[in-house]
Amino acid sequence: MMKQLLTGNEAAAEAAIVAGCRFYYGYPITPQNELINYMSIRMPQVGGTFIQAESEIAAISMVHGSAAAGGRAMTSSSSPGISLKQEGISYLAGSELPCVIVNIQRGGPGLGDISASQADYFQAVKGGGHGDYHTIVLAPSSVQEMADLVYDAFDLADKYRNPVMILGDAQIGQLMEPVEFYKKPKKNISPKNWALTGAEGRKRNIVKSFYPVKGQLEEFNAYLQKKYKTIEEHEVRYEAVNIHKADVVLVAYGTSARICKEVVRKSRRLEFKVGLVRPITLWPFPKEIIRKISERVQCILTVEMSAGQMVEDVRLAVEGRCPVHFYGRTGGGVPTSSEVIKKIVEVVPNSRAANTLLQLAEVK
Amino acid sequence: MQSIYERPKTFIDTATHFCPGCGHGIVLRLIAEIIDAWGIRGKTIGLAPVGCAVLAYNYLDIDMCEAAHGRPPAVATGIKRVHPDHIVFAYQGDGDLAAIGTAEIIHAANRGENITFIFVNNAIYGMTNGQMAPTTLLGQKTATTPSGRDAINYGNPIRVCELLSVLDGTSYLERVCLSTPENVRKTKKAIEKGFKTQREKKGFSLIEILSPCPIYWRMDANEAMRYIDEEMSGTFPLGVVKDWERKN
Ligand SMILES: Cc1ncc(C[n+]2csc(CCOP(=O)(O)OP(=O)(O)O)c2C)c(N)n1
Repeated sequence: MMKQLLTGNEAAAEAAIVAGCRFYYGYPITPQNELINYMSIRMPQVGGTFIQAESEIAAISMVHGSAAAGGRAMTSSSSPGISLKQEGISYLAGSELPCVIVNIQRGGPGLGDISASQADYFQAVKGGGHGDYHTIVLAPSSVQEMADLVYDAFDLADKYRNPVMILGDAQIGQLMEPVEFYKKPKKNISPKNWALTGAEGRKRNIVKSFYPVKGQLEEFNAYLQKKYKTIEEHEVRYEAVNIHKADVVLVAYGTSARICKEVVRKSRRLEFKVGLVRPITLWPFPKEIIRKISERVQCILTVEMSAGQMVEDVRLAVEGRCPVHFYGRTGGGVPTSSEVIKKIVEVVPNSRAANTLLQLAEVK
Repeated sequence: MQSIYERPKTFIDTATHFCPGCGHGIVLRLIAEIIDAWGIRGKTIGLAPVGCAVLAYNYLDIDMCEAAHGRPPAVATGIKRVHPDHIVFAYQGDGDLAAIGTAEIIHAANRGENITFIFVNNAIYGMTNGQMAPTTLLGQKTATTPSGRDAINYGNPIRVCELLSVLDGTSYLERVCLSTPENVRKTKKAIEKGFKTQREKKGFSLIEILSPCPIYWRMDANEAMRYIDEEMSGTFPLGVVKDWERKN
């Protein structure tokens, strides 16, 4: 199949259609508007449903309905809109309903601005809405990966009957890159015999998250936690770049990881080596590889477009085995590779290393 | 011996959680009777909201979905898009439909969603112990209008059928009540008409049912029925507000 030049937002939309999503509900917000616009054209062409909902709350609730009825459903938004969707996401998690939610993050808090940010990490990976639950969170760092992760998101959602979030940002959403839609969706992961289809010839199905009888909810939560544990054991994904010979390892995802890759590339020709761990699943978090690395590197530097959110999970994985440093920009600021290098110079104590590091800044 | 009246098959044989004298049980039973009579158990999907109706799925033997407080119109929309030929109905209280869920019901109506809404108006929040609803009558005492609702501080009761009637997307709107056996029969007819509207793909239908809440109205069951006839139906006039089958 031919490569197309698309934005990340459009790639997410087309990939959803390739993955068999036929129910899309959205509400406009920058910087994800290309996604809802694209869906309004494509969904009718493939016999699917497109509704511009009256709000993000309504959109996620429509997803709730279509997912409960057995359809592959998706919604997308950006930070303030995702805050509104949290009610629905908690209900979907509590009702064990599969769906895909795309968050193209922008600066916050509040109305913030419309430029790229990674400040919704806590909200995405720690639950976000009320109650003890997790959404699976996937973080693409290119347009091609956006498409690939959207297929996986639908499959994971169905496999675990759980909401899956694609956590991008304004750069990933609006960047144009060549993309190929080569992946075929996995079909029939398991029959949705729990779905609402009308109780013809069978016992009725009830989709709910309400457990008013004493003890029932605790039992249900224990079951949910077991499911999350299985996900943590089987679904961790990350990309490791040059970590074996690395003196310092960077941890970054999405847009920040693209910048960190440049730093890694520059260090290749020097004796002082920088490596990178790029989490692809933010939840479940790739803590095992970070723990292993922490046993042999001088330090770890986490780079984010936030005031420091993922760095907390990195510290938890490291458990004090090596120093963990942080470099971040907030409110639409995007770190540059030379800023990252300067930060490495600052946190690496040994002066010989510092000298070679300073050469890095000059490497093209 | 011939039996002329029995429990509908779709109405599950169990004790309900409703208070004595509550109207919810009557309405749910009417829905079950219609599902039996039409033979549509396999083609019907119901929505249970937040409020006293939250456990409606304990009593109806059909596929059912829960929705967050106020969101049944949006969730029902999502279901209906997957199963356009099924009968999809949402069963909502006044707090659910006319307060937290105002946006969702107005926009479902405006889209002309081919869904039936059964709107149980008891003029109060039952489940949270009797606070004011958007439909609470002027002068009515509730947990949060201890000296009676006054328009200046609390606004006026919202007449949902009339409000929705101005939207082009609505096809059938009727207000009924449960105060007498005759009115219960009318209520059943209205719900059937709502289902018929949907089966014939005529669009949005809503049946508003004035329903007693003796416990939080601080009345006995008989007084509550009288209150519906003498007070409630003054603010909320009974009758058809909009009907696609009637030429105006
Ligand atoms: C988001 C949210 N807010 C508040 C509540 C608490 N709550 C439960 S039922 C209810 C009122 C329901 O009233 P109504 O819809 O009139 O139904 P009734 O109980 O009278 O039948 C409220 C406020 C909730 N469950 N969720």
